[in-house]
Formats: sequence, C-alpha cells, structure tokens
Amino acid sequence: MTPDPIQDMVPEPYRVRARRPDRGEAVTLTLEPAGGGAAPPFRPGQFTMIYAPGVGEIPVSISGRARHGGYLQTVRDVGAVSHALCRAGRGDVVGVRGPFGTSWDLAAAEGMDVIVAAGGLGLAPLRPVIRGLLAARARYRRIAVLVGARDPGGLIYPREPARWARHCDVRLTVDRPDRTWSGHTGLVTTLLDTVGLAPERTYAYVCGPEVMMRATAGELLRRGVPAGRIALSLERNMKCGIGRCGHCQLGPLFTCLDGPVLSYAEVAALLEVSEL
Amino acid sequence: MSPAVVLDSLGPLIGALRASGHTVVGPVARDGVIRLTELVPGPDDGPTAGRADEQAPGSYRLRDDGRGLVFGHAAGPDSIKRWTHPPRSELFRMRGGVVERTPVEAPKVALLGVRACDLAALAVQDRVFLGGRHPDEAYRARREALFLVAVNCAVPGGTCFCASLGTGPRVTSGHDVVLTELTGPHRFLAEPGGERGAALLAGLPSRPATAADLEAAREVSERAARRMGRRVDPDGVKERLAARRDSPVWDEIGSRCLTCANCTMVCPTCFCVTVEDGTGLADGTAVRTERWDSCFALEFTELGGAPVRSSGGARYRQWLSHKFSTWADQFGTLGCVGCGRCVTWCPAGIDLTEELERLR
Repeated sequence: MTPDPIQDMVPEPYRVRARRPDRGEAVTLTLEPAGGGAAPPFRPGQFTMIYAPGVGEIPVSISGRARHGGYLQTVRDVGAVSHALCRAGRGDVVGVRGPFGTSWDLAAAEGMDVIVAAGGLGLAPLRPVIRGLLAARARYRRIAVLVGARDPGGLIYPREPARWARHCDVRLTVDRPDRTWSGHTGLVTTLLDTVGLAPERTYAYVCGPEVMMRATAGELLRRGVPAGRIALSLERNMKCGIGRCGHCQLGPLFTCLDGPVLSYAEVAALLEVSEL
Repeated sequence: MSPAVVLDSLGPLIGALRASGHTVVGPVARDGVIRLTELVPGPDDGPTAGRADEQAPGSYRLRDDGRGLVFGHAAGPDSIKRWTHPPRSELFRMRGGVVERTPVEAPKVALLGVRACDLAALAVQDRVFLGGRHPDEAYRARREALFLVAVNCAVPGGTCFCASLGTGPRVTSGHDVVLTELTGPHRFLAEPGGERGAALLAGLPSRPATAADLEAAREVSERAARRMGRRVDPDGVKERLAARRDSPVWDEIGSRCLTCANCTMVCPTCFCVTVEDGTGLADGTAVRTERWDSCFALEFTELGGAPVRSSGGARYRQWLSHKFSTWADQFGTLGCVGCGRCVTWCPAGIDLTEELERLR
C-alpha cells in the first residue's frame, strides 16, 4: 500500500471540458485539471468531492476517464449544489478533491460468472466496472449487466448498453413504463431469474438506492451467492471525504474511508438497523 | 532533589508566559460560568479566585467558595478543543478560477488550569486528527503552538467520572507544567512535565518543594478521586452497546432528548464539522468555512432530501454509541474522558452514566 497523498479540505481547480445532458435530469461532465495535465489515477468505484464555487460541495463517483485525461462524472440535479454543477458550462471552473474511498475489486471475480446490477444513477459508479470487465473479457465467464430505473427517462448512458451487449448479456427494466417502453417491466431483482446464474461461482457488483441494493443482495443470498461475493456502494451525507467531518458514519464505518464500496458481508447487519 | 517547586502566586508564571510570546488563557468567572478566557493585563489580571461551582444534570451554579481558591471548581463548558479545533475556521477562497488557501492561524497560546480529563481528551484528539490516513496539518500547527499549564483537580464536580475511566483526577502526562493548589498557607506546587515546563519554572521566583508539600498534593488528588460525583464501568461497554442497537431504551431517551447539540458542543473530543459557503458581495469571491457540527442536527445525515437518522432516539444512539463503542473501532480508544460536561449542560438533564447502566 502506498500512502495516500496529502488530502485536505482545499480543492484543486478543474475546468469543465465538456457537458453532456443525460436522461433523468442528470448531466455528465468532463472535468480536467485547470492547470493542464491528467487528473490523478482513480480506481473504479472511487469518488471525488466536487465544489461549485460559493454554493457547496458534494461527493460524486467517477464514471470513467475522458480522452484527454479528465474525469467523467455524472451529476443528478437534486439539490442546490448538484443544480449549480448541472448548470456549469464548458470552460467553467469548479473545485475537485480526491479521488477518495474504496474501489470495486475486479480481480476478485476472475474465473466466475459476474452480475452487475444497477439501479438508476447507480450505473454511474458501475460504468468503469463494466468497461473493466469487458476490457479483460476472457478472464470472466458469463457477464450479465442488469440495469433498472424508475421510468425510461431514468436510464442514464442510453447509448452504451448496445455496445456492451456485443460482449455480454445486457438487460434493462423499468418500474413504470410509458408508451415508449416495450422492454421488461419490474424491479431489477426480477431480472435475476432470467440470467440463470450459478451461485457457487457468481460474483455480484450492485449499486443503486439502498432499498434496491438490499433487495438485490437479499435475492442473491437466497439463491446461494455468499455475502462476501456481493459488493455494494453505499451513499451517505459527506462533507469531507477524508474521515474528518463525521457525517458518513455507519456504525463503526466511515463510508468515505472504509467505503463507499463494501462487501455485503461487512454491512448486512448494519443496514438491518433502522436509522443507523 | 525533586524538580518540583512551590510558587506563592501565579502572577510571575503568567508574566513569564507572556514574555515568551504566549497569549495566556485561564479560568475566569463570566456570565455566571467559569469560562476559559484570555487573561488581560490590568487590575483584573489573572484567573478568578474564590468561586466554586455546583454541577448536576442540567444545572450549573457558581457560589463563593469561602476559601479564595483559584482552582476550587471543576471543568466549565470550555475545553482545549476550542483552541485545537476552533468553532469556525476559514478554509479557502476562490475567485476567477483560482483557489487561495487560507493560512492557518496557530497563535502561541498558554492554557492555564486545564485538567487531567482535558489532557486525556487532547490525547484522544491527537489520535483522531493525526493518527488516521489523512493527518490534519491545521490541527497539528495549533496543537504545537499550545503551552499547557495543567492543574490537579481538587474539587471534582457532581457530574464528573474521570476516576472510573482512569483519565484523572491526577495529571500524569501531556502537560508542560502541572500545578496543585495547596492551602495553609495558600501556595501552588508546580511540577514540570517536560523540558519546556522545566525551563519556565527555572525562571520563576520559587522555593524547592518539601516532602510535606508533595504529600499535601498527593492528598489533594486522593481526596478528589474519592469525591467523584459519578462513575462509568468501561469494562465491556464497547461490545455491549454494539449489541444493544435495537434496544427500546434509545427511543425512551429520545423522548426526553431535545436534540439541541449542547452535549456535542461542550464535549472535549467531539470533532464533527460541516462547511458553509458564501460569496462576497463586493467581488464575487467564494469563501468556504468549516464549523462545528453535531450528529444531533437533523440535516447532519441528509441524503436525497431526507435524513438517515430522523428520530431523536437514533441520533442519541449515534452519539452515545460513538463515544463508548464505535470510537474504539475507529481510533483504538473510547471517545469519552469522563469530564461530565455533557451531563451538566444537557437542558433535559440526561445523564449518560445512568443511561449506560440502563443499557447493560
């Protein structure tokens, strides 16, 4: 383990190189260091703290590396800070700290069947997982990417599933179909039975709203996938990203340091407790 | 030859600290409370003498002590945290795409009259701020600028329980100088905690301590240990609280707790912060400030428009479980030092020593 570089509460200026509106009131920003050069290395599942000058700062997972070395980060317009970031235009400067936190372990699933289950914006931190799996396609057996959203408008990265589908099994579902939707209807968990998994050799990456992750992990457990081979990414209120502000605690864990990516074996008992 | 000396008064010590560039902060009666406040040269220079406190759950009263003691009271609401981890500190400013780090203010401060529990809390803070993966350099700078003149607690308050946690009342480490206030005649035994303290004491008018002085000081601490208002049995508390997450006791406490955050403000180890953002009206400079926060605040856990911990019971559970259980998971020590401030300053008089017993 190399020690972390010194990280504190003061961000680096990053320039918005590109801004791509996505579905579901989300915007994907390409952010690169304002002083030039590439953004620091990141591992799939890590996040940065993005600062909208004068407004505030929020944790946002990194969805990939852009062509010129910047980060791709998808923000959904839900509060004052995300609203300001969603409205940032090409050339605007924001603050970035990080990358922070734990990452999805892609080596752990080698030689196994893989399930990637995403709910809504939960696809954002899983995008580098899917790309990583497909870049080393021969190391894995079956790969099933299951993506759910509340409605068709919530399916982010609409052009990517078709590309992934050339190399793995991709299935989409929505809870509330509209007239444009002719695909599968129901929660992501309803797709599990369609992929025919072999639980004794399955590894799962799961990210979405907590209720969706608990339901998905529960269904995988019920089918015999051990909790230690189900990885989740938790979301909590965060003000620092470096274990100082105290906001993201879940029992003994600091979600920013010990997570956000955690094995279900580590957090199942904690997630059972109401309002922990 | 013991390095301990006897001082007849504190004036020369305060003067020597100022001469070496320190702002001296000590216990001063103000607004009916003993505050840790900057001591200002002049007619009222020096710590307040002759005031004693009476502390009970939800109650703090000052009265004349009838003896003219300088340290005849227990800990007030202020702790060292105010200087190592200030209530507010500006982090940076940003203008025109340029981030300008705000220089850390780390003034040389001598704290006079801190107690064993406060030094224990400082050792806990050191683990929190310096022992982790991301050491806090601002904390380090402020911490290193402190000169600590401790006092052996003579009169513990009704809410204290340091003796049961092994954090006091006698000062054993982490200090530059430790004083013990003695009577008949009124004098101070002063012992160095290290080289800085020894150098300070060497420059003061004093006389060598006698065996009788040392014996009298030992008695002060022994008496104080026997006079603790409360106790907590730390044995097994970490595992016990982790196993009681679903106890109905939490909601019962929540029905009395006002979630006012007083306990977290006066706690000498609570470290949670939030950030505030603003923009200067004159030139549009964005300013970011860090300030104390509390796990009792409803918005503390807000996620997607709703808090994770909405009930008072869940918020109290987080606080008490952090102090006595998960703190040990995170930092290898309890987060509580037994100073009793949270019991005294709780407007509902919630007494964690009682609640821990109920959670057995």
